[in-house]
Amino acid sequence: MARFEAFGGNMRSLFRRACFAFVALLMGAAIRPALAQDTIKVAYVDPFSGPFASGGDEFLKVFAYILQKVNADGGALGKKFELVPFDDKLQPSEALIALKSVTDQNIPFVMQCTGSNVGSALLDGVSKYNARNPDNRILYLNCGALATELTNELCDFWQFRFTGNVEMRAAARVKALPKDVTKVYLLNQDYLFGQSIQHDTKKWLAKLRPDIQIVGDELMPFGKVQDFSPYIQKIKASGAQSVITGNYNRDLNLLIKAAVDDGLNVRFDTFLAHLIGGPTAIGSAGEGRLFSVTEFDPNVPAELNKPEAEAFSNGWRATHDTDFSEIPFLTMFQMLARAIDKAGSTDALKVALALEGMKGTDLVGAPVEMRKEDHQLLMPYYAVSFTKNVKYDAEKTGLGWKTDFIATTEELTLPTVCKMKRPAS
Amino acid sequence: MRVRWLIVALIVVAMAAPWGFYDWTHHRHSGFLISMLSQMGMMVILALSYNMLLGQAGLFSLCHATFFGMGGYATIHFLNAAGDGSLPVPMEVMPLLAGLSGLALAMLFGAMATKQRATAFAMITLGIGELMATAALMFHHFFGGEGGVTTNRMIDNSVFGLSYASGLQVYYLILAWTVIAAALMYFLTLTPLGRMANATRDNFERAQFIGYDPRMVRFLQFALSGFFAGIGGGLYAITYEIVTFDALAAPLSANALLMAYIGGTTVFGGPILGAVLITLLQSGVSLLSNSWLVYVGVMFIAMVIFAPSGLAGLIKAHEPIRRAGRLGALTVPYLRLVIPSLGVLLGFVGLVELMSFLTIGAAQGKKLVLFGGPIDVHAVVPWAVSVASLLLGGVWLRFEAAGFHLVWERLMAGARR
Amino acid sequence: METVLISVLNGLVYGMLLFMLASGLTLIFSMMGVLNFAHASIYMVGAYLAFTISQVLGFFPALIIAPVLCGLIGAGIEIWGLRRVHHNGHIAELLFTFGLVFIIQRLVQMTWGMLPMAYRVPPLLDFPLFHLYGVNFPAYRGFMLLVSGAMLLSTWVLLKKTRVGLIIQAALTHPQMVSSLGHNVPQVFTTVFAGGCLLAGLAGVIGGNYQTTEPGMADSMGPIVFVVVVFGGLGSLAGCFVASIVMGMIQTFAVVVDYSVADLLRPLGLAISGDTLLTEVLTVPVARIGALLPFVMMVTILFFRPRGLMGTRDA
Repeated sequence: MARFEAFGGNMRSLFRRACFAFVALLMGAAIRPALAQDTIKVAYVDPFSGPFASGGDEFLKVFAYILQKVNADGGALGKKFELVPFDDKLQPSEALIALKSVTDQNIPFVMQCTGSNVGSALLDGVSKYNARNPDNRILYLNCGALATELTNELCDFWQFRFTGNVEMRAAARVKALPKDVTKVYLLNQDYLFGQSIQHDTKKWLAKLRPDIQIVGDELMPFGKVQDFSPYIQKIKASGAQSVITGNYNRDLNLLIKAAVDDGLNVRFDTFLAHLIGGPTAIGSAGEGRLFSVTEFDPNVPAELNKPEAEAFSNGWRATHDTDFSEIPFLTMFQMLARAIDKAGSTDALKVALALEGMKGTDLVGAPVEMRKEDHQLLMPYYAVSFTKNVKYDAEKTGLGWKTDFIATTEELTLPTVCKMKRPAS
Repeated sequence: MRVRWLIVALIVVAMAAPWGFYDWTHHRHSGFLISMLSQMGMMVILALSYNMLLGQAGLFSLCHATFFGMGGYATIHFLNAAGDGSLPVPMEVMPLLAGLSGLALAMLFGAMATKQRATAFAMITLGIGELMATAALMFHHFFGGEGGVTTNRMIDNSVFGLSYASGLQVYYLILAWTVIAAALMYFLTLTPLGRMANATRDNFERAQFIGYDPRMVRFLQFALSGFFAGIGGGLYAITYEIVTFDALAAPLSANALLMAYIGGTTVFGGPILGAVLITLLQSGVSLLSNSWLVYVGVMFIAMVIFAPSGLAGLIKAHEPIRRAGRLGALTVPYLRLVIPSLGVLLGFVGLVELMSFLTIGAAQGKKLVLFGGPIDVHAVVPWAVSVASLLLGGVWLRFEAAGFHLVWERLMAGARR
Repeated sequence: METVLISVLNGLVYGMLLFMLASGLTLIFSMMGVLNFAHASIYMVGAYLAFTISQVLGFFPALIIAPVLCGLIGAGIEIWGLRRVHHNGHIAELLFTFGLVFIIQRLVQMTWGMLPMAYRVPPLLDFPLFHLYGVNFPAYRGFMLLVSGAMLLSTWVLLKKTRVGLIIQAALTHPQMVSSLGHNVPQVFTTVFAGGCLLAGLAGVIGGNYQTTEPGMADSMGPIVFVVVVFGGLGSLAGCFVASIVMGMIQTFAVVVDYSVADLLRPLGLAISGDTLLTEVLTVPVARIGALLPFVMMVTILFFRPRGLMGTRDA
């Protein structure tokens, strides 16, 4: 306090006045009018903060890249698409609150790509909202909630799923198993997703590969296991040649590291090893033993000789350390644009009617269809292996994904138990 | 007398709030606002019930969300049963059933946890919380796995004949139950149990000497707080019509702690204030910024260091001055504090947003929009302005704070005379 | 026999990893009574710093520098933050460290991004040390055992055999007296906190490439470390060590046990059938809940013995 006293009375009040003036200036400078834009808004609900923020963060970048192309191709009805992100922190209650904000702002489409817990909440929320507010209906575009139930027992007219469900991936996974594999070990996370994978994998093994013996079937606590050596030990004791697992992120990275450390030589036939961050975390440990089932990877266009797709993938790689693999996102917006153009408006019912049953081709020319029966996108899957001899590596690790087997759209057109309630008008 | 008017005013404001934000062009209420108000109601109950443990009984519980979540799950199943016709209970009574579920579970867990006090108690509750959260993921029958359990709240059974289709009706139900629960919890503090809870918090040995068993007091307080938490969970189930494992996971318990502490654990109304504020922050600020967790963390730390009695505690500290009738003398000193505080706030928010944008946001293809205008992150001006605002504001604030302190001391001394 | 031996080895390694993490926390907890929620966050910061430093200088310099930096960060937290909160009680300190968790996580995300870092085991240590029944035992694990053993030894020696350790122990129980005798008690506390954070950072350097380095790593390791410390007991480094090994062993052995309660009841003639919640609970094999056993153990021991296994003082 003494120091300020020494300043002298005049100096202090001058300082004070200067401060007030500065603040006034700041406030004036901070006030600017907001600009209005004429675009088609699509709400995007995903986690953008907290421990799961990496998912939402990455997808937002991918969508920015995709929309560049879609908007350059003309958008829909002459307008551009605009994403309006909402942070759900991977919590259903937050997603439902965000949904209220979406409907308040009359945004006609809501999109969500991470977590079946949020996905099922949104599906239910949108369905109830549309039933109770027929004058302001919205569509739920599911770009990442994989639970098979969402287009089977829980299917809904207002939901369109633009990603392969668990059963499709399981079918692709089993089809891609080499003939010389006769003993498999199932290891999955102990929650709905892992249990779905376990269930659907067994179903398809029984159907397509009755020669395969399941020598182990294990569920492990989700995200809680720090040391996988005991699991490796069990796998070794069982004599399995392949471990089929739906583990991802930490649960997968640590599993593979433990296998390499212990010198266990088995195949890891995974579902989600290609998820962002996986190649980086696993690194050269995965060479020759890591396999996954993916919608797309940078080597697919080169393998199928599709220069346009290759250029698109390279455009992303030029400015990012990660790879573009989310081809269904592009398909989603391309189909949405076509549906809006066909319907002539963004009215949910009209767009839904235009969208269901829509057929087309994706970026690499494979046939895709938004099936009318259950609103599931029918699409191909590529069974890939993590290896050195590829044109494009993954996440700058020196190793990349090579396609071993293509499960075509037709092969993955699986029956559904969906009995959708269609709206009257 | 004044407090009673404040309560009435609050209730009136809460009832009228949805109409203040009515969307006249579309002839409907703002769904978002009603959602947020509903969330506030539930969180108020959660925070108040948590404060029964933390503030009133000195028990630091880390599994409070367990009872909230279980109340929610139970209610979902009750609602489904009611929808099937096998449970003829009107909607208005559902939260009571939820509360009873919470009570039952709290009695079960409380028998284990309340045997100990202080840190051992906290760690036992930590263990219980983790176990329940993992169990919710593993067992499908009751918990529905990752996708949770859903229901339809239009069960066609209501004492007032309401269908509860619209969010507004649900909000009024929540408001009614919040008022009831808060009133009950308040009256609890006036009962011998409430008083003994305070006593065991302050000095459990002495309480033993008087003849009360601290363990019994802890147990009863724990069980009753579980009852009220269950009511909150029931309202959650009715509002969202879906309950997933996040309703009993650790982040929600952490939230309860945050709300109770920031609001103020020493005043009954403190957690109410905390719940409203935190809900606004979480649902409101998170819409504006992905760094809202930093703001929450910093605010929390600031409260812990400078105002451990919470916001309500701060307000209550003005009591002597108010009684002396000299409250008006504080207006100018406060105003003088406000402006440099705004400067510090602006500077800090600016810096965090700029830094966050630089590393995360830019690649997401967003444009940084601060205070209404687009900002170029690579220009020097925004950085300079933020840093200057922060530093100058900080210096100035220390200045003003010292002056404020003098005025405060003078008034307090005067009030005591 | 083979299974048991391998499991013992695995359990030992995992237990030592837990001990590395828990030792710093038990130091802080025992000495200052502060349950440092941000301990796992410092562990994460240690791993990230080690990654960045090892990119520039290599792994072994990072092994020294990163923990020191973490210690300095810890000292800073103590001086400018914790010290002010000290007089408001234990809960206030707890809440302070709690607020830190959010801030540190966001700062890490802002500085290094949200994706895992390619922090790998150094090639020098990346070879199998020996073979046991066909399973490799990697050299890096041996290195980990070495480092945690050294940590145990040095901490024990510091606390029990040196003068500084004596002062620290005295300041814990009689701070005013120690202060009257002329020791700078606040500085002692700062040193202890910084020391705990240094240990956390060291654990991060070792653990970061053994596991994965990502912003979520604090949330994965946090709870189990608390459980270990509390189970081991307050004021007891030996208790912490025993607790780590015991929990490591139990979690490892649990995975090999595929039996459930229903399997126990079957020989008694009680068959569990049907599709209800109760059936679900009773047919859960022990392997599925292996990671939960530490929590069950902690709750059990606290119920009977609030001081933990070998604790010397009450909470």
